[in-house]
Amino acid sequence: MRSTLKFAVPLAVAALALGACGTKGGDTTTPAASGGAAACGNYKIGMFGALTGPNANLGIYIQNGVNLALDDYNKKHADCKVTLENYDSQGDPTQAPALAKKAIDDKKVVGIVGPAFSGESKAADPAFNEAGLVTITPSATNPKLADNGWKTFFRALGNDATQGPAAAKYIKDTLKSTKTFVIDDASEYGKGLADIVRQDLGSQVVGNDTIQQKQTDFSASVTKVTSSGADALFFGGYSPEAAPMIKQLRDAGWKGTFVVADGVKDQSFIDNAKEAAEGTIITCPCVPPDVAPAFQAAYKAKYNEDPNTYSGEGYDSATILLDGIAAGKDRASMVDFVKAYDKKGVTKQLKFDAKGESADIKVFAYKVENGKIVSVGEIK
Amino acid sequence: MQNLIDNFFSYTITGLTIGAVYALIALGYTLVYGVLRLINFAHSEVFMYGTFAALWVVMILGGHPGAGVGQVIFWVAMMFVAAMAMSGLIAVLLERVAYRPLRKRNAPPLIALISAIGASFVLAEIMGLRSRIVGWVGLDDTLRDYVRNSRNNAGLPTIIQPQPIFTIGGYHVTNVDIFVIVGAIVIMVILDQFVKRSRLGRGIRAVAMDPEAAALMGVNRDRVIQVTFLVGGVMAGAAAVFYMLKIGITRYDAGFILGVKAFTAAVLGGIGNLRGALLGGFVLGLAENYGSAVVGSQWKDVVAFVLLVLILLFRPTGLLGESLGKARA
Repeated sequence: MRSTLKFAVPLAVAALALGACGTKGGDTTTPAASGGAAACGNYKIGMFGALTGPNANLGIYIQNGVNLALDDYNKKHADCKVTLENYDSQGDPTQAPALAKKAIDDKKVVGIVGPAFSGESKAADPAFNEAGLVTITPSATNPKLADNGWKTFFRALGNDATQGPAAAKYIKDTLKSTKTFVIDDASEYGKGLADIVRQDLGSQVVGNDTIQQKQTDFSASVTKVTSSGADALFFGGYSPEAAPMIKQLRDAGWKGTFVVADGVKDQSFIDNAKEAAEGTIITCPCVPPDVAPAFQAAYKAKYNEDPNTYSGEGYDSATILLDGIAAGKDRASMVDFVKAYDKKGVTKQLKFDAKGESADIKVFAYKVENGKIVSVGEIK
Repeated sequence: MQNLIDNFFSYTITGLTIGAVYALIALGYTLVYGVLRLINFAHSEVFMYGTFAALWVVMILGGHPGAGVGQVIFWVAMMFVAAMAMSGLIAVLLERVAYRPLRKRNAPPLIALISAIGASFVLAEIMGLRSRIVGWVGLDDTLRDYVRNSRNNAGLPTIIQPQPIFTIGGYHVTNVDIFVIVGAIVIMVILDQFVKRSRLGRGIRAVAMDPEAAALMGVNRDRVIQVTFLVGGVMAGAAAVFYMLKIGITRYDAGFILGVKAFTAAVLGGIGNLRGALLGGFVLGLAENYGSAVVGSQWKDVVAFVLLVLILLFRPTGLLGESLGKARA
């Protein structure tokens, strides 16, 4: 009796592990892994951001990068694949906490790429911190996020404390603007960024306004901008509002330069604003695709287009988590692994400081030319 | 405040432009309320479908900036045809599917209200999911340009380049501004005359005044109600064209805010009253712009609704306060 039990227990455990490896909670994209199952944790990484909704492009660009990293990993580890779990927040802070809970409750999820936007990060990250589930955001740039003491917060790009001053510097030094108007959309991201620009530009700011997200008629703001005589307008916000705003400004005959930040670096801005988008300056702590030619080629091969805003950052963020999984880390030990990480990624040297901020930061300027967003170099 | 005084005409003209759009949508609420004593909350979606019809017809015709005058007139005329047809169709369909079955069963008004809200969601989501719907029926290759990014903004090519026509108080009034304001007023006058003089208009007024007596006098109530929805839809279609010319960008949920504003305009002017809708729309457009100038654009909606509350406190029936039946309009 005793001897059979001795034999049966490990067998049962092995069978359980095999069975667990075979079931893939609802995910149909990846074939179930088999063989060598005893050591396989069936881990998942989460992608948290807007995958549908008006800001979906920014989320999808990141997701594309993440998927590329997963492909690389799963090719090397065919016996124990990692799958992607999507948490589609639509970029909406009110949906974020429930999604965070869903991710935390799924014990197979060992790390999150995201949350993509600052507002949803603020809403979801406290829960991730409490649960000890590591998050690496490839795109949320509000500086205050790093000041909350969240142990699980990491940011794979520069924040607006570097992007804001860079934008202000560009407006002052390159555009040689003397009268600048600043508008924000009252979001965590837009207002934070606009406030930094306001502070840096000081007395050359000739007027301020705040709009609401989902607004489409900007006639009052247009009057304020045109009557102020501003030669440049900085808008802190996202593309759904930036497109109608610049269109209505151009319709009213305003000739100044429109300056926006990474939240507008998205092809839909140009698709919707059309000719009015021409000449728009976009700052972004994201590297242009040609910085990492190998990544650019791989991305192009899979998606038939160049890497877009934060695709590279998404790839890097996912790679850090996947390296952790390869090194045998689970959810609890992943935090320390990410904290100690120091490797060259496709966008930069991937290394985090004590607050979880990226140690190596660059901000680039882009310009809309002939319906395309082209890089015009780093803002130094 | 100084900013408002300095740029008074700029705020006024742009306020009137958006107010004209509110007014045209408000007509749909007011007409339906007049004959059915029902707020058609799906009317915002009727408008939204109009914006897409206007956009698609320009895409089909290959609209582009810098075309000649004759070409532009043709495009704009086609926008009106497409948007009015689409919005009219959706409005009639809505009446058929969401309201008539309830009316036949003598459902209480609250049920119709819920049905309206449900219909509104269904219509908006169909537009929001159009890329997938097109995928199911296997037309995604042919219709790709029309359904791309179906939950994102869709922009109209600038077919009319705004040109300053004359300057008033430092504001350059553009051809688009004039077209929208004058166009809306002309359409209103036509509608006013239609309701006042035509046989169908008399029917609408009769049903609004006393449905049972109208039926006894030989007015076909169902037909009148259908015509009312159609007229409201056509007005929303016209509003959609003006909106696309002025704003130029639409989205599957674009109807929501416009609908709420137009409903506010209808109540402000006196719901059930056609001229009230016109007045309410313009007053609301102006109030929003003046409010934005004085206290900041983020307070735009607050100003609009505070105004509504204040007016309803002192004039519960709205500014003009008559119903469709009593008013001769």
